[in-house]
Amino acid sequence: MERHLSLTFSRVATAAAAAVAIALVSLAARAPAAAQTQPQEIKVGIVAFLSGAAASPFGIPARNGAEILLEGLDKGSVPAPYEKKGFGGIKIVPVYMDEAAGPDPITAYRRLASSVDFVIGYISSEHCLSIAPAAEQQQKLTVFFDCGTPRIFEDNSYNYVFRTTATAAVDNIAAARYVFSLYPNIKTVSGINQNYAWGQDSWKEFSAAITSLDSKVKIGSAQFPAIFAGSYSSQISALLSADPDVIHSSFWGGDAEGLLIQGAPLGLFTRSHVVLTAGEPILHRQGIASLMPSGVVLGARGPHGPLAPESKLDDWFSRTYEDRYNNTPAYPSYHMAQAILGLKAAFEKAQTVNHTEHPTNAQIISAFEHLSFTTPSGTITMALGKGHQAVEPAAYGVTKVENGKVTLVDVKHYPVECVNPPAGMKADQWIAQHFPGAKNCPK
Amino acid sequence: MSAILVDGVVYASWIFLVSVGLTLVFGVLRILNLAHGSLYAVGAYMGAWLVVRYFHAGMPLALSFALLLAGALIAGLVLGPLIERLLLRHTYGRDEVMQLLVTYALFLILGDLTKLVWGVDPYYAYAPYSMLGNISVGTIPYPRYDLVLIGIAVIVGVALWLITNRTRFGRLMTAVIRDREISTALGINVPLVCTAAFTIGAVLAALGGAFTAPTISVVPGIDVTVIVLSFAVVVIGGLGSLEGAALGSLIVGIARAAAVHLFPDLDLVAIYLVMTIVLIFKPQGLFGRAEVKRL
Amino acid sequence: MSADSGHARRLLGVAILVAILALLGPRLVGWTQFLLTVALGESLAVIGVALLMRAGLVSFGQGLFSAAGAYAVAYAMRLWGVHEAFVLLAVAIVTSIVLAAVIGPLICRYRQIFFAMISLAFSMVLYSILLKFNALTGGSDGMEVPAATVLGFHASAGGLAASYYYLTLAWFGAALFATAVYCASPVGYLARAVRDNEIRLEYLGASVRDVTFRTYLFAAALTGLSGGLFALSVGHVSPTLAYWTKSGEFIFAALLGGTSSPFAPVVGTVVFESLNSYLSASFPNVWQMALGVVMLAIILLLPRGLWSIYQTLAARRAR
Repeated sequence: MERHLSLTFSRVATAAAAAVAIALVSLAARAPAAAQTQPQEIKVGIVAFLSGAAASPFGIPARNGAEILLEGLDKGSVPAPYEKKGFGGIKIVPVYMDEAAGPDPITAYRRLASSVDFVIGYISSEHCLSIAPAAEQQQKLTVFFDCGTPRIFEDNSYNYVFRTTATAAVDNIAAARYVFSLYPNIKTVSGINQNYAWGQDSWKEFSAAITSLDSKVKIGSAQFPAIFAGSYSSQISALLSADPDVIHSSFWGGDAEGLLIQGAPLGLFTRSHVVLTAGEPILHRQGIASLMPSGVVLGARGPHGPLAPESKLDDWFSRTYEDRYNNTPAYPSYHMAQAILGLKAAFEKAQTVNHTEHPTNAQIISAFEHLSFTTPSGTITMALGKGHQAVEPAAYGVTKVENGKVTLVDVKHYPVECVNPPAGMKADQWIAQHFPGAKNCPK
Repeated sequence: MSAILVDGVVYASWIFLVSVGLTLVFGVLRILNLAHGSLYAVGAYMGAWLVVRYFHAGMPLALSFALLLAGALIAGLVLGPLIERLLLRHTYGRDEVMQLLVTYALFLILGDLTKLVWGVDPYYAYAPYSMLGNISVGTIPYPRYDLVLIGIAVIVGVALWLITNRTRFGRLMTAVIRDREISTALGINVPLVCTAAFTIGAVLAALGGAFTAPTISVVPGIDVTVIVLSFAVVVIGGLGSLEGAALGSLIVGIARAAAVHLFPDLDLVAIYLVMTIVLIFKPQGLFGRAEVKRL
Repeated sequence: MSADSGHARRLLGVAILVAILALLGPRLVGWTQFLLTVALGESLAVIGVALLMRAGLVSFGQGLFSAAGAYAVAYAMRLWGVHEAFVLLAVAIVTSIVLAAVIGPLICRYRQIFFAMISLAFSMVLYSILLKFNALTGGSDGMEVPAATVLGFHASAGGLAASYYYLTLAWFGAALFATAVYCASPVGYLARAVRDNEIRLEYLGASVRDVTFRTYLFAAALTGLSGGLFALSVGHVSPTLAYWTKSGEFIFAALLGGTSSPFAPVVGTVVFESLNSYLSASFPNVWQMALGVVMLAIILLLPRGLWSIYQTLAARRAR
């Protein structure tokens, strides 16, 4: 056996060559031709979870949203102001990628970025945070469509990176305001959130916003089960025995549905006022929506789906989606539409401003900064992060069960300045300083 | 305090149900089956699918339980022998890491296969859970379904104990666990015992999944959580030990319930802390046997 | 054969490999160069795992040291303002060695599946801590690692990837050589004896504990370095590094390559990463199944790893 260790020179050399050869074969096979901008088409990489637990609630609806919107753009059937085909008349070719693709998100991103003109994607905040610097290095215009962490543009500034969705802080600030408008006399608040950044940040922002709006409300101890824990019976009984007035949860996907299945029969959703900041997708789950009792506050991470303001664009989007997929679009589909339409608006503005059919990256970036554009969810403005981070109005509603059908009632819309911090201020500071600049906002 | 006990026992029953198959398989085959979680997931899908497909409002509740059981049996009896005969059999006597990796590959394959068969959209089979209603302990309501879980866990535990200690097959299995070579020499059909043991393990994993299905949204990704959890339980109890799995489940269940009620922040780390502490003082787990080192 | 000439040969072997990779660098397309940077860095952790395996210890928690090294780099930048890559990587190595020295005496008492499980437990404890203390660690979202200088040279955004490629290559070469020397040292040989029969080894007068502990330290140093390199080249650290599936990937890459030579895990890692990348791009919906099938094929057809192909060929030629 020892012979393997005392490598002779020729063996080592052959070994080295073999290693390199294997590396080369496996790499060269994949090495694409240097990325060129094809004048006749624009390649857009679209990244969302196609596998794992986040696929069904987020990734698939997002991909479906991209599919119908891109097809609509291709045919020129999207209503105003997006009648122009493709991006400024140029055909769009989507390249879909699983957000969980290996070997790691950064390498997968770089591989994708080397073969497309733009990248739209990312649901996980961890992925957004790690991909932003890579996008900067690759100098690839990248639009984040769904991830929620405020840290991306609060801690850093980027040139090639945009996010067309408001941060999760907005969801939780609006949730706190909405809770007070429905139930002004609450005394105690508790929460159940997944034990990772999304859940931790959501609870921190929500509880801080509650305290900032009314310092007399007592914040109880919050539950933090592991993500995908499946069984929440212990947490539910802890919450039932604490019996707070309000329970906050940013649960999503299978976890949110599991909480509903396990908690609803025990009265968790009727004993306390429950707020599900990302709960709207449950309404699109035909098999489970019937479990939802009246009086649950649901958010859609923005004015999407049943919370969207009336418009021709939204009619077209939700109708086309329903025709194709036999289900109404949930908020991730809307987030995806925002990203695609934002990029399209920036591209076309850059065309007009620079009198060219093929604007450069720099021209598109400068057109995108501080841009306002129309989406199925209303107008979005890239106001924060030096014009790279969107601000959005917020909306919440509360469930009402009538004749076995769940609808959202008492819907309240919150204008941008009531729920988004002003430029240059972090969400945490804004909450702690009692929302300076927010005028005439309901509580 | 009583809440901790009740929650702890409920969680312990669930986790015992999910992990006991793992310890059995390890005991007989000496393989730590990473695909155990996948079998759990297939069981959950199969059970949920049958309930969604064939159970409708107004039918007797017992039918839904029969469907769940059928789902577990179909999943376990089909996949168990298939996996053992086609795959694991070729790895006996190999390095244990190698066997671990075979089951890891299997875990990857079964994950996508489940997705191909049942899609990515969730299955909801909560009828058996919500139809049973609640009972109150003190002022807190608990689902009656939890009693069902406790009952199944007890039945499974007792049945396994009886099989191992009171039947001929059990004695053959014990012989194989103790010494495979001598068992072969004595004329025991070791391959058959292995197939049977693995199939029982697969059925148990699927059973855990099927009876969990009514309490959760059955989605891709439920396989991963279960793996580490059942590993921890089995390692705490001692690999291959039935009593160990029971005690390990109870310890983990109570520890987790205590964390949830007293220090909710520690929920995540509680199980690993217990595992580390137990392993420091009892390196073989609570009921593990020290292996004789051969000269 | 004298030890000196043996070392000279090993050095030459490593030098040739590094030289080929260095020449290859500029010819690689952007992302393939990046893939190789990550793979070479990761291969050091895989070598660590393979060394432990040679001693019969299967670490299902080697991610503990990847994470330790990676977070050491992130904190050294954030708290002490260190921005020189060579200093940062030294910090990563020292951190891992200190950590290994603390838990090593405990963990090295275990064997087989129990070693696997207790190492898994330790790494999951670190994972939970990183997740829990999110105010200090950034929680599951992790922390950014800004661009570092390489020997005082500050690369532009576009040239950073290339400078990290050569940085990784330099450390990779040094670590590979150190490993080859270690394997040829008495401790390196004794480690294999531990796997074969501990009791005999004790009768021969060697201390099993001492041997396993030293191997553990050496593997930890390699893995810490690997984590540090990962932090720099990816520019971001997160608790995922300490999650057990990451350690599982190390084990798989080690077995894919084989454990009989320090070069084998390198081959295993590069192939694994390329395979992973290729399959997930080609089959976005069923890439995990494809990966599983390829894995099964390799495990069942080449039980001693890809390196055994080379060994068979070499043996045939020698005959």
